[in-house]
Amino acid sequence: MSVTDIVLEAGTTRTTPEAPSPVVRLRRLLLGRDAAIFAVLVVVWLIASVSVKNFSSPNTVYFLLLDIFPILLIALPMTMVVITSEIDLSVGSMVGLSSVVVGTLYEAGVPVGVAALVALAVGVVGGALNGFLVTVVGLPSLAVTIGTLALFRGVAVGLLGTTAITGFPQGWKDAVSARLFGPGTALPGVILVFLVLAVVFMVILHFTPMGRATYAIGLNDEAAHFSGVKVGHVKFWLFVATGAVASLAGIYWTLRYDSARGDNATGLELSVVAAVLVGGVSIFGGKGALPGVVAGALVIGALRSALRLADVSSDVINVATGLLLVTTVIVPSLLAALRRVRPRRRAGPAA
Amino acid sequence: MSAVAVQRVDPMVRVGRLLKRRETSVVLAIVVVVAIATSVNSAFAFGSDGFRNLLLTPSLLIVLAVAQAIVVISKNIDLSVSAVLGITAYATGRMFTDWPGVPIPVVILLAVGLGALLGVVNGALVSVARVPSLVITLGTLYIFRGADIAWAGGTRINAADLPTGFKDIGTGSIAGIPVLTIVAVVVLGVVAFVLGHLRAGRELYAIGSDEEAADLYGLRVRRRVFWSFVASGTLAGLAGVLFAARYATVSSTAGAGLELQAVAAAVIGGVAIAGGSGTALGAALGAVLLTTIDRALPTVGIQDFWQQAVVGVLIIGAIVLDRVLAQRNARRLIAQAAHQHGSHVTAGPGEAGK
Repeated sequence: MSVTDIVLEAGTTRTTPEAPSPVVRLRRLLLGRDAAIFAVLVVVWLIASVSVKNFSSPNTVYFLLLDIFPILLIALPMTMVVITSEIDLSVGSMVGLSSVVVGTLYEAGVPVGVAALVALAVGVVGGALNGFLVTVVGLPSLAVTIGTLALFRGVAVGLLGTTAITGFPQGWKDAVSARLFGPGTALPGVILVFLVLAVVFMVILHFTPMGRATYAIGLNDEAAHFSGVKVGHVKFWLFVATGAVASLAGIYWTLRYDSARGDNATGLELSVVAAVLVGGVSIFGGKGALPGVVAGALVIGALRSALRLADVSSDVINVATGLLLVTTVIVPSLLAALRRVRPRRRAGPAA
Repeated sequence: MSAVAVQRVDPMVRVGRLLKRRETSVVLAIVVVVAIATSVNSAFAFGSDGFRNLLLTPSLLIVLAVAQAIVVISKNIDLSVSAVLGITAYATGRMFTDWPGVPIPVVILLAVGLGALLGVVNGALVSVARVPSLVITLGTLYIFRGADIAWAGGTRINAADLPTGFKDIGTGSIAGIPVLTIVAVVVLGVVAFVLGHLRAGRELYAIGSDEEAADLYGLRVRRRVFWSFVASGTLAGLAGVLFAARYATVSSTAGAGLELQAVAAAVIGGVAIAGGSGTALGAALGAVLLTTIDRALPTVGIQDFWQQAVVGVLIIGAIVLDRVLAQRNARRLIAQAAHQHGSHVTAGPGEAGK
């Protein structure tokens, strides 16, 4: 029955669309889907600056950036994972495990630099485990990463119990919290690490065949497979990248708070997923862009920091994050539903 | 497509099928764990409290795991159960402190009703807005827990705040069997019956196997999914009441992290995350296995800090095993079909559920 289809397919002439120029692509990136989240960011920032005392001071921004640094970092690879319509819930646990690895090695007399490298290797191995189970064994990533969430956290807690390792070298701690332009300025030095990674991920996602493959997989991975995309290959390396970046965030976490504990960063995966979804990435895969995600992470950070400055307890802040997450995913669905209803009535001037 | 005439099955084949079921292997695993722990310390199963604990400890998680099974079978997930448990447990305590002399059944009904209401919120968001339940319940996990903490603050419910009659539910037993265990078994029985034999339950399997097909077939997918979340919330509310009765101390962090244990128990018991398969009994047995391992670890000399790692290994092991078995089954069916060459199509033995 499908023979006729094939004949038809062969009979039509194929026109390859011209690739848009990088400038056009950049403009689409900034003004397309992401425009809404940029607007939200600006509004949140303006309201907070006006109504919350000290919000716009450089010091607030400095601490805000330090606080959301792990979220910003992990959101980069997570965005690509979600675009392939997979998910990685094990990142929070990987941050904790990496932190514990750095701590236990440091306590055993290993220099911090070497310990950090080992932690990175652990992140790569953990990510590869996720990638292997998802791509080679063929399991749903939700189930796999709920399993590794428990596994990584379990190993972290098992290694250290309830003890904490502190007293990391002052030099390393200073390096992590140093300010870029001298005392009193807003930008922490670590933000350079993020900027470099952000550029790398943006180039990969938005300007390379690997990035196009990521979207293709998310839209229809079978079609992508038949178009010659190595689906398993791409997904595998995305999970490895997520594990590695999560362990990098764990190293940062350890030095920033001068504490290696088994329960470090518990629940961080929720904030990361929230940032990615608030940033306009579709949980169904295939849609989303990195600038929006960065803005999403900043919105969550600004909201939390503003509420904290306004003396709102951290629990209510969690409610705000949850509401933000739920609203941002519901609004597009409701808009789509509205659009389905409206055409029948001829779009009137006022809704 | 299903076979109309049910043939008499050879008893040996039936035994073989029973052995192949996930429930059987989980029961075996439980027996092995109990045997090992008992051989190290005979008090584990035979001590004065040992046997009682064996029955009592899993009951809370059984209720949560069975609730999770309902939503996971329809290819959804409810991560907010632990927060629902927390807030209903606290609400239970507050009703006793704020309204002295209130009848116990009223409190239980109201608390379970609160759970159902939170389930309605989840169900409405998932089925009306058509957003994946993972995202919605992740959000409501934050929201419900945050509301709980904002309400409770630093206060907590203490044993002295609760009437003795209520605490008896948590500690008492009938004919040697703890009341909590009886409640858990009743919940299991009801849910197993609904999932296995009623239209509502069977439709959940159909929805979980292929939502579009279920929709085309005329099933009211959204309505079923909505009610599955209401059921899950209701059972989580019941678990909250049981929590308050059992521990008699409720702080704002009560039950935190239980959502993963509930999902883990269901998955280990053979309820596939991909939807459409598994049984309530399997989920309940998964819960028993998890809690038994939890209790057995310190007995055999492993620090209980490692419990979570064991849970992780079990989850991954269970889903890998499922996958391997499914692949083997598929290969066998293909070989069978090739062998018989279309002369006679046999019904696959891999029928989900009971």
